[in-house]
Amino acid sequence: MVVLVCAVVRPWGWPEAVVAVPAAVLVVATGAISPAHAGAEAARLGPVIGFLAAVLVLAELCDGEGLFHACGAWMARSAVGRPRRLLVQVFAVASVITAVLSLDATVVLLTPVVFATAARLGARPKPHLYACTHLSNTASLLLPVSNLTNLLAFTASGLGFTRFAALMALPWLVAIGVEYVVLRRFFAADLDAGAQAPAGGAAPEMPLFALLTVAGTLAGFVLASAIGINPAWAALAGALTLAVRALTRRRTTVTAIGRAAAVPFLAFVLALGIVVRAVVDNGLASGLAHLVPHGTALPALLGTAALAAVLANVINNLPATLVLLPLAAPAGPGAVLAVLLGVNIGPNLTYAGSLATLLWRRIVHEHDTDVPLGEFTRLGLLVVPPALVLAVVALWGSLQIVGG
Amino acid sequence: MAVVVWIAEGTWPACVEAARVHAAQGAEIVLLHVTGTEVPGVAHGAFAGLLGRGHPKGQHQSGGWGSDPGTRLEDLAADSSRQLLQAAAELLGRPCVQVARTGRIEREVVAATEGADLLVLARDGDRTHLGPHSLGPAGRFVVDHAACPVLLVWPGAAPAGPPPPAPPRHR
Repeated sequence: MVVLVCAVVRPWGWPEAVVAVPAAVLVVATGAISPAHAGAEAARLGPVIGFLAAVLVLAELCDGEGLFHACGAWMARSAVGRPRRLLVQVFAVASVITAVLSLDATVVLLTPVVFATAARLGARPKPHLYACTHLSNTASLLLPVSNLTNLLAFTASGLGFTRFAALMALPWLVAIGVEYVVLRRFFAADLDAGAQAPAGGAAPEMPLFALLTVAGTLAGFVLASAIGINPAWAALAGALTLAVRALTRRRTTVTAIGRAAAVPFLAFVLALGIVVRAVVDNGLASGLAHLVPHGTALPALLGTAALAAVLANVINNLPATLVLLPLAAPAGPGAVLAVLLGVNIGPNLTYAGSLATLLWRRIVHEHDTDVPLGEFTRLGLLVVPPALVLAVVALWGSLQIVGG
Repeated sequence: MAVVVWIAEGTWPACVEAARVHAAQGAEIVLLHVTGTEVPGVAHGAFAGLLGRGHPKGQHQSGGWGSDPGTRLEDLAADSSRQLLQAAAELLGRPCVQVARTGRIEREVVAATEGADLLVLARDGDRTHLGPHSLGPAGRFVVDHAACPVLLVWPGAAPAGPPPPAPPRHR
């Protein structure tokens, strides 16, 4: 609990790992978790974290190659004077980037590009910005690499990369479809306002090398899981390819690449995993077990997803995943994926992803004292329940077709 | 006489044209653009929701994963606001005052019309037919709360054709 509070509050601006790592050492030292269990957890999380680091580096190098700006230029060129077309393009780009390069890439790297594109077209930016931030959650269902929650569930579910993607493809499409229908109606006035800026700018130069590397990495994921290698190696290969190119062209330095791997974050994930394992081992599992529905019938899946969405909105989706996964895993991959639907779609309901973060931000008056929570929450209420229910139904259907 | 022209993305040229036609010679024309705080706010929120990424605190962030996209958006929005006002002033072709405000859009517009003699704004909504709803939430609030006369203009040519039939009367 202390680790979680510190992760949200972050006293003195420390990285989260500063508290989480000593806490992990402490639970091992005090015997709350046996070194063997801690070792097993670390061994389980190690590849996940390596995978995450490789994808973060890959995304940042793609940005360095100009991939995100090229996306912006492409959207600006083909959506002149047509905000609705721009919205469709933002949906396509944000969904693909979130799925392939993780939600961090969409939030940090794509959002400013989308705003600049809307401004260049003279369109009202709000619908497109909301689309970006909503999709960073909703569109992160597809691949294990799209979201850290997925990576954690991926290892817990025992599914292969391709099977995971096959089961999640339909829920991913359904959730994005619900988002599109709701946002289009919700922001109809802004979209109808038009965009009066004239066409301009030359055809964007697509960073072909980065695109090919990302495509190759995706193919590598499928191939690796088909022949039984950890797909993290494919991500590493993709990141290395772009890194070597950027280094030889002197566009980046080894230090910058090291920073892109976000080592404190990786340490935090590992430490949080060990702490949560200790808590679960010491009684949380039996305490929460009766709350988690059993089985993979449709009502049980709906219940699991709803519980996960509520928990994600109260604390945050990362700890919610870590708490719920050990409880859902015995019921099979279907239950694990239902947890994912809840923790990935759910955060769109609450500003800043969870009540805990929201309350804390209100207390310290960080940036957003004047953000109208009403609009954000109304949109969330319109999107999240139907998206969640329909995505769970889609997951249930996929389980019937593909098989758990 | 002071005329406030609300410059909103997508519809502003019609407002500037209307000001040219309807503002008396010598009237003070104020071109007003308001940058909403909710757009950067949404990005701030999305960034804050990424737990555990070890973001450095404070406004002056390093690049890469530690930089808050909301802060970037605030800078971009300020640039965009300046450019819009500049373009509007060029289209107007008369001496005018450019005012850029930041805050809740509808409240800032109402506040800016204090003491004005006329507010010019454009309708939102579908341009292919007349009605039924011609104002977005912000425009609706401004029309309801402005303390001066309001001139509501079509963003383009108004579509031809009669308005929808009146609802049946209940006897």
